Amino acid sequence: MSVNQATSLTPPLISVTNLTCIREERLLFDQLNIEINAGDIVQVEGPNGSGKTSLLRILSGLSQPFEGEVFFNQQLISQSREEFHQDLLYLGHLPGVKGEMSAAENLSFNLTLQGAPNNAVNIEKTLSAVNLTGFEDSLASHLSAGQHRRISLARLYKSTAKIWILDEPFTAIDKQGVRALELLFKAHIKQGGCVILTTHQDLLTFEPEQVKKITLDYVFD
Amino acid sequence: MSIANLSYRAVFSLVLKRDLTIAMRHKDDIINPLLFFVIVVTLFPLGIGPEAQTLSRIAPGIIWVAALLSTLLSLDRLFKSDHDDGSLEQMLLSPHPVFILVLAKIVAHWLITGLPLILIAPLLAVLLHLNEQSYGALMLTLLLGTPVLSLLGAIGVGLTVGIKKGGVLLSLLVLPLYIPVLIFATSAIDTAALGLPYSGQLAIIAALFIGSLTLAPFAVGAALKVSTN
Amino acid sequence: MWKWLHPYANPEVSYHFTGKILPWLGALATLFLSIGIIWALAFAPADYQQGDSFRIFYVHVPAASLSMGIYFGMAIAAFTSMVWQFKLADASAAAMAPVGAIFTAIALITGAAWGKPMWGTWWIWDARLTSELILLFLYLGVIALHNAFEDKNLAGKAAGILTLVGVINLPIIKYSVEWWNTLHQGSTVSKLGKPSMSIDMLWPFVFCFIGFALLVATIICIRFRSEILTRNSIRPWVRTLVSEHLSKHIAQEKNNAI
Repeated sequence: MSVNQATSLTPPLISVTNLTCIREERLLFDQLNIEINAGDIVQVEGPNGSGKTSLLRILSGLSQPFEGEVFFNQQLISQSREEFHQDLLYLGHLPGVKGEMSAAENLSFNLTLQGAPNNAVNIEKTLSAVNLTGFEDSLASHLSAGQHRRISLARLYKSTAKIWILDEPFTAIDKQGVRALELLFKAHIKQGGCVILTTHQDLLTFEPEQVKKITLDYVFD
Repeated sequence: MSIANLSYRAVFSLVLKRDLTIAMRHKDDIINPLLFFVIVVTLFPLGIGPEAQTLSRIAPGIIWVAALLSTLLSLDRLFKSDHDDGSLEQMLLSPHPVFILVLAKIVAHWLITGLPLILIAPLLAVLLHLNEQSYGALMLTLLLGTPVLSLLGAIGVGLTVGIKKGGVLLSLLVLPLYIPVLIFATSAIDTAALGLPYSGQLAIIAALFIGSLTLAPFAVGAALKVSTN
Repeated sequence: MWKWLHPYANPEVSYHFTGKILPWLGALATLFLSIGIIWALAFAPADYQQGDSFRIFYVHVPAASLSMGIYFGMAIAAFTSMVWQFKLADASAAAMAPVGAIFTAIALITGAAWGKPMWGTWWIWDARLTSELILLFLYLGVIALHNAFEDKNLAGKAAGILTLVGVINLPIIKYSVEWWNTLHQGSTVSKLGKPSMSIDMLWPFVFCFIGFALLVATIICIRFRSEILTRNSIRPWVRTLVSEHLSKHIAQEKNNAI
């Protein structure tokens, strides 16, 4: 009982009301209500084309829903853009890595843009955490797709954002890398952050009941 | 939060520096529109005939139309690659105001494409026998006018960046907006050729520049939000 | 302040509301246009200088003013949609764009046809005709951009931004073209303008003008309704509407067969 009261006293980090999404005249989901608290790890499930990416993009504010609202700290995300974006790290399908810049330059730019503290030593350390030691000064155009993804994931190690929204973060990452990322997620939610992700794999280092699930059913129309 | 200490100016120079670095490592983006500019201008004497009098009469129009077209050609690079590799999303999701980021990218675009155009224009003016009194007016109109082209063009790119084969559509959207700049710039150069003062036309172009500088970044920001939706 | 508008923000309500006023609009448009056109073509006096070719003015001037007016209407709709997130405004802007483009084209064609007897040439770089031509480009840009997006919601937003950019530029373009025109041609060419009208020319003109405006309203209304239906195709009320319509249609076919 006391636990319930405690959770009801702290407002949810993100809450979603009556979310409806329509893409190409197809109803992806209808009247979705979600609450995500600090310390949650949320896995969005569903077959291909069920709207997982659309949901994550709506949560991050990149896409506008057909109907419904997204709140951050009980404020509409469109009305608290700056605060929300300070606390948001979104990694989509596209890594956001420029081929004309080196791995280190890419990471440094992305971190600075997000406002995360960084310097040359830091960058090198962070890149080694995602197994990119020795590639710091290679132009990203000479690196593989998996390495691009790791450059973008490296930001997680330095992020000060509370909310991580990750679309298929494990694509093109090896087993060891996945384990390292899961440990990172654990540390993050322990510190009062939350992780919202899509993946086709099970999260192995988490207890099944620890992971909140949102299942999107494909609605045939 | 630590973010607050990143001032507008710091964000602006961060993005500007990044775009210039990328352009310097990818020099085609600078050279190709410039070559296009030169080639288009060379085509006119071949098509019209080499009489110096005719050429000097139409030189302002030719140089300015060629400048419009080569700007149009280079506009695609402004947001396209950032859109395709996901950097644009990340910029829109940063806590900084979108108009600062957009303005930095537009300034970078002008430095990469507009400035070289201005530098090479006197050479083309020689080829077209432009009236000697008009050189100053040509340079001044280009200096004030090409930023307007970059700013207005950015709105068009912002709207079409998410569309496959948006290139032709872009020209349909942007070229009508370039008409006032074209009219006042060529008229200033013509007036200068007659030895008359052309500060009036220049003032209007300056007003267009100030107007688009203040309004365009917001329109571009709104357009990009639609395009990344 | 916007409370009274709220019921009409509901697509279903505005669909039925426009359905009710549509017949009235159509009837009024027919009435005014037939009176205006017959009066203008058959009974109004010919111009003492231009003769009967002057009568094209009764089509040209309303078309030209309406082409500008519709663009401003679109801009207001785009502004409303952007500021108050008023989705139906996008639908109305989408309904207006092709109508505006057609009226711009009519203004251009009638202008050219008027120019032939007046100047002996179909096209002349007259300030009004030139700005009308540029207005046509602006319309075509908005329509092309609207068509380029698969998602109608996004299409409306993108076209709205372009419309607003266009409406800021339109006076600048118009002014610069007029200035350019006087600079290059002086006043040697008499421009298409409103000649000073006698009262028996004015009345048919007023009827024609109101008639064309009502015609525009009617067409936009029809297009607006179909925009509402396509944008809300997954809503239950649209589905029942369609199925009712279909069952009526089938019943009629059966009756015909019997």
